[in-house]
Amino acid sequence: MVAVQAADTAEPGVPAGLAERFEAVVAAEQRIEPRDWMPDAYRATLIRQIAQHAHSEIIGMQPEGNWLTRAPSLRRKAILLAKAQDEAGHGLYLYAAAETLGVDRAELTEKLISGRQKYSSIFNYPTLNFADVGVIGWLVDGAAICNQVPLCRCSYGPYARAMVRICKEESFHQRQGYELLMTLMRGTEGQRRMVQDAVDRWWWPSLMMFGPPDAESPNTEQSMAWRIKRHTNDELRQRFVDMTVPQAEHLGITLPDPELRWNEQRGGWDFGEPDWSELMRVIKGQGPCNTQRIDRRRAAHEEGAWVREAAAAYAKKREESHV
Amino acid sequence: MSDHTWPLYEVFVRPRRGLNHVHVGSLHAPDDRMALLAARDLYTRRNEGVSLWVVRSAAITASTPDERDPFFEPSGDKVYRHPTFYDIPEDVPHI
Repeated sequence: MVAVQAADTAEPGVPAGLAERFEAVVAAEQRIEPRDWMPDAYRATLIRQIAQHAHSEIIGMQPEGNWLTRAPSLRRKAILLAKAQDEAGHGLYLYAAAETLGVDRAELTEKLISGRQKYSSIFNYPTLNFADVGVIGWLVDGAAICNQVPLCRCSYGPYARAMVRICKEESFHQRQGYELLMTLMRGTEGQRRMVQDAVDRWWWPSLMMFGPPDAESPNTEQSMAWRIKRHTNDELRQRFVDMTVPQAEHLGITLPDPELRWNEQRGGWDFGEPDWSELMRVIKGQGPCNTQRIDRRRAAHEEGAWVREAAAAYAKKREESHV
Repeated sequence: MSDHTWPLYEVFVRPRRGLNHVHVGSLHAPDDRMALLAARDLYTRRNEGVSLWVVRSAAITASTPDERDPFFEPSGDKVYRHPTFYDIPEDVPHI
């Protein structure tokens, strides 16, 4: 008898055949499930990736939360609130998936607020005007969808299943963003300028969301062999650009890249090189909002402690009165 | 007390009348009632269900994960349990 989510922790002398079995399941496009044997490095890679993903969803509520009380209509407030709730939900699906690997959520939260685990660099940029909300939905969630759709086929079952749910919901996020921008583009000259300004600020950081170029992404090869990852960073970045350019044209804005041009030969858009030193700076904590994001997360965690305690105390009292 | 002392629950949703409850994921909650409310907020934000079950993970007894486990062996060699095991002439109707 074993609790459903208990993970294998110790692997003293892996019994013969387990590694072969693992490789065979992955090669056959089947899924690895929580209590299956898996290599330590596979487990560690997944914990790191899922935790970073979960943290990104949770921190991702902040830039949008900035506009919750100031969205221009009740309709826009309700939509934005629903989106922020989804991000919280996505974070929780992902923490639950990480827990099947033998870590617990409290530990991951602690690692986030002490800076030992990362979240997506994109959320370290500020949301300066309301058009940013639309651009985040269109570009940031659009880039996230490019990254996440292949993760629905990830070799680790609980992560893949969480991604299926998340991808369904992200589609709403992207479409609401694009619709918001279309509405602004039909508005005044000033509103169109807001959209262009937001696009100018978010375009390059969105391209950086796919991570460093393939040549500088040492973990990609192993992750692809394990079928955690299905495409390289550069492949996904290209796919995103190809998807986005016609949408930008339809919207009537200019993507801030003078090198952007159609390449007939390879049937894709050529585009400029993102400033990788900027990505490195933001990842290392020197982005515009890194400190603010973590401070806010820590404050929310600490200020919510009494609620968690009260709920636990109430549950304990009820349990004792039932005995 | 931090939230990791809250027990883990498994969540099951019945998507429509006439269908079984299906496992959709898990969550932590301080008690059964809160688990149910959290499950509603987490797993049915878009009318995904008409009924919810939550059960403490620790209360579930599970078989071991190994599919070649002897546990499932008894059914392995009983092909005669399947309808395709039996040869019936093609001109016999409705069988």
